[in-house]
Amino acid sequence: MELLRALFADPFAQMVAAPDLLAQTIWEGLVAGVLYSLIALGFVLIYKASGVFNFAQGIMMVFAALTLVGLHEKGVPAWAALILTIAVMYALALAIERLVLRPLVNQPDIILLMATFGITYFLIGFGELVFGGNPKSMITKELLLPDGALDLHILGGKVELQKLDIAAAAIALIMVVSLATFFQRTRIGRALRAVADDHQAALSVGISLDQIWVIVWFTAGVVALATGIFWGARSEVSFALQVVALKALPVLILGGLTSVPGAIVGGLIIGVGEKLGEFYWGPLLGGGIESWLAYVIALAFLLVRPQGLFGERIIERI
Amino acid sequence: MKAETEDILLAVEHVSLSFGGVRAISDVSFDIRRGEIRAIIGPNGAGKTSMLNVVNGFYHPQKGAIRWRGRARARMKPYEAAAQGIARTFQNVALFKGMTTLDNIMTGRNLRMKRNLFWQALRRGPALDEEIANRRVCEEIIDFLEIEHIRKTPVGALPYGLQKRVELGRALAMEPELLLLDEPMAGMNREEKEDMSRFIVEANRYRGATIALIEHDIGVVMDLSDRVVVLDYGRKIADDVPEKVKSDGKVIGAYLGVSH
Repeated sequence: MELLRALFADPFAQMVAAPDLLAQTIWEGLVAGVLYSLIALGFVLIYKASGVFNFAQGIMMVFAALTLVGLHEKGVPAWAALILTIAVMYALALAIERLVLRPLVNQPDIILLMATFGITYFLIGFGELVFGGNPKSMITKELLLPDGALDLHILGGKVELQKLDIAAAAIALIMVVSLATFFQRTRIGRALRAVADDHQAALSVGISLDQIWVIVWFTAGVVALATGIFWGARSEVSFALQVVALKALPVLILGGLTSVPGAIVGGLIIGVGEKLGEFYWGPLLGGGIESWLAYVIALAFLLVRPQGLFGERIIERI
Repeated sequence: MKAETEDILLAVEHVSLSFGGVRAISDVSFDIRRGEIRAIIGPNGAGKTSMLNVVNGFYHPQKGAIRWRGRARARMKPYEAAAQGIARTFQNVALFKGMTTLDNIMTGRNLRMKRNLFWQALRRGPALDEEIANRRVCEEIIDFLEIEHIRKTPVGALPYGLQKRVELGRALAMEPELLLLDEPMAGMNREEKEDMSRFIVEANRYRGATIALIEHDIGVVMDLSDRVVVLDYGRKIADDVPEKVKSDGKVIGAYLGVSH
């Protein structure tokens, strides 16, 4: 009885008693969620177009951030470093298409998955070789990202919004909306989906796989760069950062591997769920539940909707 | 005689294709004239689909050449063949299953739409005009194939006969010069076959597509085609107008077996 009350009554009583604290927790959840969404978006882009689960997405994020900071360290001005990093991500996309995807065309999915493991280790080694293995701090000021906090006096208390988080949310929103429209409504978007669906048929209507793959890997690289900037600003830029990519897995399960809106909604649900769980229920379980709660939420969803919230309907003909 | 050679859209010359030690096609030659319906028939495993795959660039023959519009064609990738005006459908329907009928047919316009990534990303100005113009072409094809009611349905959910029709629509959206149809009527009932035959004839007559078609239903082949090439075990055994092919001893032998 005691336990039931602690689980199902007390946390909600706390929420009602201090709504400003609840708002703060939800805001922090949303911000973390936005960043999870961005990582998930990178996975979704590549999966949609090449049917490859790109294990290297996390490391691409670190590599992009590292290139940006590393170039700046070597004396390149911030704006030039940003442009150069985007160019590097394009070169990376070209190289991956030419050296990894093209020779492996029409191989089973598992082969391509393993190839992305290879890309991961290559990028770790290459990044360390060029920029060194020490953690670096993100050049937020030089990139003109705002700092400081915005205090909202609402709900009978104070809610603190970091300006950097607001910027992250705004950029994520812009990226997601433009990518979703792009996928649904344009020729190249249709070609991307066509390639994801059936390689042979796509070729027969005159879609060039090589070109499409470069476009998606480049887009995923740019998304990785944006994610890397904001994650890097919250902690620091190091290879350890790639573990946050693992947080994208429950997001993908929740949102569906093929859905851009799914990645964003899934990210937000996971982010908010995680923070609420940690803050209100965590103490009951001795704290530290943030690290596994996301997977539990995802598992619960998986039982009900195996294709995810917005995943393409699974149509099987027998 | 000169007029006739100019009329040849595609010529297959002494083509041989093997996979490892297995001979799929041995020294086959035939041609397709502009504007005709050309049937390719033969028992299972005769190399018919392999032949289509050679024509649209999925396979590259080890020997022989392909002349396209009178010129020898270099080794070509499928999307390059598509850009040259060769469209096709597949034996086991290859549609984009998660996409709607309309989107599937719109992919056929891929090569006709030229606006670059920048305009498309903005979805403004020229890219939008282009999208609308191409959409109109697709709607017209949807009308022609009588599939208005399934315009927004994901094709994976459609019955087989309709999927075949959508696939034909996607190929027609390319406004191809040469349309390759791999068993367009397989698994269809009589009524569906009649509809499909009508669409094929109209595509040929009014849309100006030269058609090469693989079909097992001999009745359909005799009705539709101008000329028939017969393959058996990768070799050409007959090549003539339908009436002659029907009474050819070798052809009858290939289908029914020969008594010894």
